[in-house]
Amino acid sequence: MEQSGIKTIYFDNAATSFPKPPGAVEAVIDYMTRVGGNPGRSGHARSVDAGEAVFSAREAVAALFGVKNPMRVVLCSNATEALNLAIQGILRPGDHAVTTAMEHNSTIRPLMEMERRDGISVTVAPCPGGRVDCEELLRSFRPKTRLVVVNHASNAFGVVQPLGDIGMMCREKKAVLLADCAQSAGIIPIDIKRDAVDIAAFAGHKGLYGPTGTGGLVISDDFDFRLIRPLKFGGTGSNSDSTYQPDFLPDIFESGTLNAAGISGLNAGIRYILSLQDGVRTVQSHKRDLAGYFIRKAGECVEGFTTYVAAELMDTGVVSFNIEGKEPSEVAWRLAERHGIMCRSGLHCAPLAHRTIGTFPGGTVRFSFGIFNTPEEIDIAVGALQEIAVEGGE
Amino acid sequence: MIDYSVVLFRSPNQSIWAARLLKKAGIERRMMPAPRNLTSDCGYCVRIRSIDLERVREVLEKGGVEFLCIEKLA
Repeated sequence: MEQSGIKTIYFDNAATSFPKPPGAVEAVIDYMTRVGGNPGRSGHARSVDAGEAVFSAREAVAALFGVKNPMRVVLCSNATEALNLAIQGILRPGDHAVTTAMEHNSTIRPLMEMERRDGISVTVAPCPGGRVDCEELLRSFRPKTRLVVVNHASNAFGVVQPLGDIGMMCREKKAVLLADCAQSAGIIPIDIKRDAVDIAAFAGHKGLYGPTGTGGLVISDDFDFRLIRPLKFGGTGSNSDSTYQPDFLPDIFESGTLNAAGISGLNAGIRYILSLQDGVRTVQSHKRDLAGYFIRKAGECVEGFTTYVAAELMDTGVVSFNIEGKEPSEVAWRLAERHGIMCRSGLHCAPLAHRTIGTFPGGTVRFSFGIFNTPEEIDIAVGALQEIAVEGGE
Repeated sequence: MIDYSVVLFRSPNQSIWAARLLKKAGIERRMMPAPRNLTSDCGYCVRIRSIDLERVREVLEKGGVEFLCIEKLA
């Protein structure tokens, strides 16, 4: 990939994926230039076509998460909004919530805000080495535990939590399980029925290869969605004679015009993944291979190269590392400026995860690989890191 | 002259879902603005041939799509 005449390498797919697959950009253009209508608001062909594009995206998301009813896919502007809808929608004053020490700020901040503002209480279960301690998690439950929020895959370290085990625990304790799948959707096969997940939040622009501004909630087929209070109210194109919010899915949670252009691209992105032989498994296997190759090669060639979690736990193509004696921000800056290699440094909006792993407050350099990255790009990056490791400061 | 009916739904989302199921089943259908005398929705309903009415019911019930009613078009 070239940018301003410089060959670039993009290793920041956990922030947002790039490039987008064939069809995703075209779908956005098709919506903007041909379809053009507001989904669900009028009876003409443009509105109907827009509605069909949105519905098709719901079907694709439902298939990806193992949900039968596509109306149980609620479209939001990103995973953060979806997580806020679930967290703020479910918890009431006096409730208790359990979460993990690997959370992103998109879950821990709404929880902390509700602790301060609404009088809920929160227990953070420890994650030694990155994986949640299930016994400790079980001990965290109280009689008033209503919600368990689990980061399925860490954006900072790529560690995947055992959703199925946690799901069984939540069923036994009659607590709602909310999985933050921002970093796992489209990367790890997910079956929310099998894993007893009640609600899953996803980002549309990361592993699902849609545009930014897309994401949502998937509500399992047998979960009583009325336990979630809407965050916003307004026009839905349905029950227009009533001044009250509709009480059915997805309208109850989807007020205002949807991002139909972005959702069209999201639909194409998901369908691209589903069209691959073995679908999501192919993506995961490619990312695992790239991460494993990078860790091995950088470990051999780059002086002072350090990773922080066991290699077998890094399951999403995300690798956090440091080079001894170098600031992460300096490494990322030199990679970008001198070598055209784009990645992210710092705390990755996940201070809890960095505290857990022991990389707070300095943070790490994070490479996050995508389906279009190659071993050759990793070779170039390792060469660049070799140079940076032995360079002096400026 | 063909005799038409309209299927009305709680929401445009349900209408779209229904239309897709009917298309898959090979049933002639068309989305059209929901008649104001039948519903308050801003969106659409599904027009079908009255002759297909029983098949339409069957497909929608099997697919799990809830509909409000089916009305003959004047």
